[in-house]
Amino acid sequence: MSDDMDMEEGGTIKKFMFVNRKAPYGTIYALESLEVVLISAAFEQDVSLAFMDDGVYQLMKGINTDGIEMKSFSKTYRALEGYDIEKLYVERESMELRGLTEDDLVVDVQVVGKSEMGDLMNEQDVVLSF
Amino acid sequence: MKFGILVNEGPYQHQASDTAYLFAKAAIAKGHEVFRVFFYHDGVNNATRLTVPPADDRNIVNRWSALALENNIDMVVCIAAAQRRGLMDENEAKRQGKDANNIAPGFRISGLGQLVEAGIQCDRLVTFGD
Repeated sequence: MSDDMDMEEGGTIKKFMFVNRKAPYGTIYALESLEVVLISAAFEQDVSLAFMDDGVYQLMKGINTDGIEMKSFSKTYRALEGYDIEKLYVERESMELRGLTEDDLVVDVQVVGKSEMGDLMNEQDVVLSF
Repeated sequence: MKFGILVNEGPYQHQASDTAYLFAKAAIAKGHEVFRVFFYHDGVNNATRLTVPPADDRNIVNRWSALALENNIDMVVCIAAAQRRGLMDENEAKRQGKDANNIAPGFRISGLGQLVEAGIQCDRLVTFGD
């Protein structure tokens, strides 16, 4: 089984989108989503990240986690570029509803409207939502 | 069709595991293949053989074990998520110097690469969770 799989994998590049919908702290979804994203980079897939709903807070500048005794992972988003993960989409409606602008975010992103986000999701082979 | 299934929530607390199980069972009954079930986030708790639900309730863990063994389904528990939450097999317990292990039959512990691989190999990767 594994031999066949390895051969197939060599040639298969799929479009993976990781959809981040939850606030960075409070639950572990955002942190564990990042862990999958980083692993997926090793598989040389076509990876993009989407941030919507409270997920847009994951990219917010100036997060200080000292008071909640959790490790901050804001830096990891800035490191994604080094893994060739450069397609980061933020849903405009979610961002504006929370009073944020692109300047409030720790990385360069593409801001897209709700319907454009839907189109992007439609183009994917695999959508993982956390 | 070849399905991959991602379970992101623990048993009993959340319906995700029930629905994923019923989906897998229905897919197999219709002649589809379930290539892999991957347990992530609190979903790893579906793999403990130490649950003792009331006798008149469904036994979620045993149900997964039986489905896997009867249909030869690969059921993978994410190692990083499992380590955080105290799920371990015999090898891992030895490696970490722990005095017990708790993985139910039919489950195995492995890395997140197995989730990405399921995304690549399967026609559909279906997520069950919040």
